Parts: sequence; C-alpha cells; structure tokens
Amino acid sequence: MEPWITGTLLLIIKLLAVLIVLLTLAAYLVWVERKLLARIQARFGPNRAWRFGLLQPLADVIKLMTKEDTVPEGADKRIFLLAPGMVGATALLIFAVIPFGPVPMVIADLNVGVLFFLAFSSIGVYGVVLGGWASNSKYSLLGGVRAAAQMISYEVSLGLSLVPIVMLAGSFSLVDIVNAQSRLPFILMQPVSFILFFVSAAAEIKRIPFDFPEAENELVAGYHTEYSGMRFGLFFLGEYITMIVLGGLVAIFFLGGWRGPVLPPILWFLLKVFLTVFVLIWFRGTLPRLRYDRLMSIGWKVLIPVSLLNIMATGAVILIMKP
Amino acid sequence: MEWIKGFLKGFATTLKVLFRKPVTEQYPEYKRPLPARSRAVIILTRDPDGEERCVACYLCSAVCPVSCISMQSAEREDGRRYPRWFRINFARCIYCGLCEEACPTLAIQLTPYFETSQRDVLKLVYEKEDLLVNHGGKNKEYNFYRYAGVTMVGDKGTHIDEEEPVDLKSNLP
Repeated sequence: MEPWITGTLLLIIKLLAVLIVLLTLAAYLVWVERKLLARIQARFGPNRAWRFGLLQPLADVIKLMTKEDTVPEGADKRIFLLAPGMVGATALLIFAVIPFGPVPMVIADLNVGVLFFLAFSSIGVYGVVLGGWASNSKYSLLGGVRAAAQMISYEVSLGLSLVPIVMLAGSFSLVDIVNAQSRLPFILMQPVSFILFFVSAAAEIKRIPFDFPEAENELVAGYHTEYSGMRFGLFFLGEYITMIVLGGLVAIFFLGGWRGPVLPPILWFLLKVFLTVFVLIWFRGTLPRLRYDRLMSIGWKVLIPVSLLNIMATGAVILIMKP
Repeated sequence: MEWIKGFLKGFATTLKVLFRKPVTEQYPEYKRPLPARSRAVIILTRDPDGEERCVACYLCSAVCPVSCISMQSAEREDGRRYPRWFRINFARCIYCGLCEEACPTLAIQLTPYFETSQRDVLKLVYEKEDLLVNHGGKNKEYNFYRYAGVTMVGDKGTHIDEEEPVDLKSNLP
C-alpha cells in the first residue's frame, strides 16, 4: 500500500478514537462535577439513573435531544444557530495539537502548537459573543459583552504566562515542550507562570469565580439564556471539552505531560488532566463569583504586570546560565 | 498574608466536607416521620357518635385564600345541618391550614399525608366521599352538638356547661 494511504487511515482512526473518547469524557465530566460539587455540599448528587447515577449523562443527552429547538423572535437566525457549534468545534480542534502520549500519540504535532491553542481559544469566545448577540435578549447580550471583555483582558496574560515556558523549551511545539520536561516538570521551575496560566485559563473558559458571561443570579443564564435543547447542550459540551483541554494543557506545560514512572504514558496524562479538572471543580465549590471591577483590575493590574516581570526574570536567568 | 490564610481556609473546609457522609435523606427509600401537625391532605372527620362533624357553615370556604373549597349545605329532618356535597380542589390548595383554624366544629383537618401526585389534574378534585374519614382526627372526643346547636339528646339547657332555661314567669318581682 502507498504510504500516504496508510498515513491517512491512521489519522482517521486516531481522529475517531480521540473524538469518541473526548466526547464520552466530557459527558462523564458533567457527572463527575455534579458528584463532587454535591459531596462538597454534603449532598449525594445524581444517583437515580443506574448505580451511582452512572447513566446520568445518557439521560441528559436523551432529554436535550428530545427538547424543542427554539429560535426566539427577532433573533439573527443564522448566527444564532451557528454559534453553539463554534464553541464545541474550537474546543475539539485545540485537542488536535495536544500530545497524549509519546510521539505517534498526537493528531498534529504543529511547530506553532502554542499559538494554535491561543488562536482557537479566542475563536471559541466568538461563539459565546455571537450567540449572546444573536439571541435578541438583553441578558444574552450582556453575557456576550462580558465574555468579550473578559477574553480581551485575560487573553493577554494567558499568552504572556506561556512565554517563559516557550523560552525554556525553545519551541512552540507542544511535543517539544513535553520533551523539555524530561528531567524536571516546569511547575517547579516556573511556579509563578503556573499560577498565572491557571488563573487566566480559568477566566478564559468562564469557570467560577470568573463565570461572568453566565452569572445566573444576575443574567438568568447569560449568553445561553435563549438556547434550548441540544444547542444549549452544545454550549455545555463545549464548556466541558474546554475543561478537559485545559487539563491537558496544564499537564503539558507544567506537569510534564505524559511523562511519569511505572504507569503507561496515557494513564499518566489522564491522571494529570483529572487532577487539574478536580482543582477547577474544587474552585467552583469554594469560591464565590468576583465583583466585576475586581475581575478587570486583577486581569490588568496584577496578572499582566506580574507575567511581564516573570518573562524578564526568566530571560535574565537564561542569559546568566548561558555558558 | 492574612488574606492568603483566609483563602486557603476555605479550600481546606470544602476538602474536609468532601469526605464527609452526605446528610441528604433519600426520599422514596427513607420517609422521614412527619410531625402530627404538619399540613398536607385535608380530611373531614366524624364525631365520637360516628356522625359527620361538618355543619356546612361555609367558613372554611370563605377563609380559603385560593378558593379551593366548595360545598352545598342541607338540613336533616332533626334540624342538624350537613353538606350535601363537599369538594376540595387539591390542585389549588396551598395547605395553609386556615380552613382548619376557621372550622367551629373541628370537622376539617389537615393530615401529614402528602403523596397525592397525579398525572391527570382532575383527579386532584376530591369529593366528599374521598374526604370523609371514620375517625375524629386530632381530637377524638369533641362533639360540637354537646356544646351548641340543635340538641340531639335532651331538651333545652342540656348542653354541657349550659344552665336551665329561665322561667320568665317565676322571675317576676
């Protein structure tokens, strides 16, 4: 067989496997989050659908699929219908550059992987902004505007917090970044960068305490107020896929990716992803939403200056250490 | 440093609770015993003689804030009043208990039983035969006609704590 045929087949198999695993993981992440949040509040959480509520994701999907797909009056129909897909699709596309194991276990080892991730995480916010704008509802619009403001503020520190990592690894490729951590994970070398990245990324994916675009007690449900059925489900799914992607990125940039003793690489990777996701859920169970002006001042007055200083310090150390 | 301590304390608390046993009572499997005076489904009780207590005075119907009680009064041959029909629409009832408070004969009472959900809303309209029970509810002994109303056993002045009627003619100066 021609080599390009086998290559394409292998790629399709990898794509399918990743897609199925990722969607299942995202569905079960909803279950995990509900369970953990419930336990944090001394409740049981979902436990009616089969044992421990393990079929809850299936029940949710059936419910969302069978609901009416409504478009509000005066909505910009085409954009309204497209926006949820944008959120889900960009989240899935980011996963293309994430290596979940040693070299063949990555869909596309782009040499600009970090930039690819930054670009697509910004495009994902477009889905939220457009969905909020097209709904023709003041709550949705406010949610969308907040998403845009938040994206602009935190995108900067998200990018800047990754610059020291790229400087240390000497590459934009995520595979090279993992390989550069063969001796020491970057979280030990760049703890400040880790905190900056984690906070900015939590704001980027709209998690509590940065869930302003949703803010149920102010904006009904924010940007997805007017959505129903599976379109709402797509927003929801996108949010959870982004959570997994973020877990993967934290693992790759700071925790040494799939590297680890004894266990196979994939397990290590999943373990690190779950650890990050657990911390995100723990945040949600602990912290209240910030005040809106605090969100902005943390972004512009704390995160960005600190990340700039961090870049300068890293640069200085690299310059001194250079033989 | 104070704020970092406060910040971390919150996380420690939630982590601690995470490993605690949930306090939720799982409803269909475990039914918490309810207090006798908790308010749910309404019943019409009988007095110790086995007669209906309700005298169809319409007070419960008048006081009901959602107007879910309706009835038609009637009179027996011995002069005792009773509702010919009595209807409570539990789809409207808010279980406030005002009817019970208004009732002069302790006929209408609220019970702790609450599992009445139906798929058809009209099945929640209870008629007299659904409401009437064969006991005295919270006060088994009370019999309204022993204290007031038409006398069922003796002549005038035979109610409990009631004095004999005054003989107008012997009372002259």
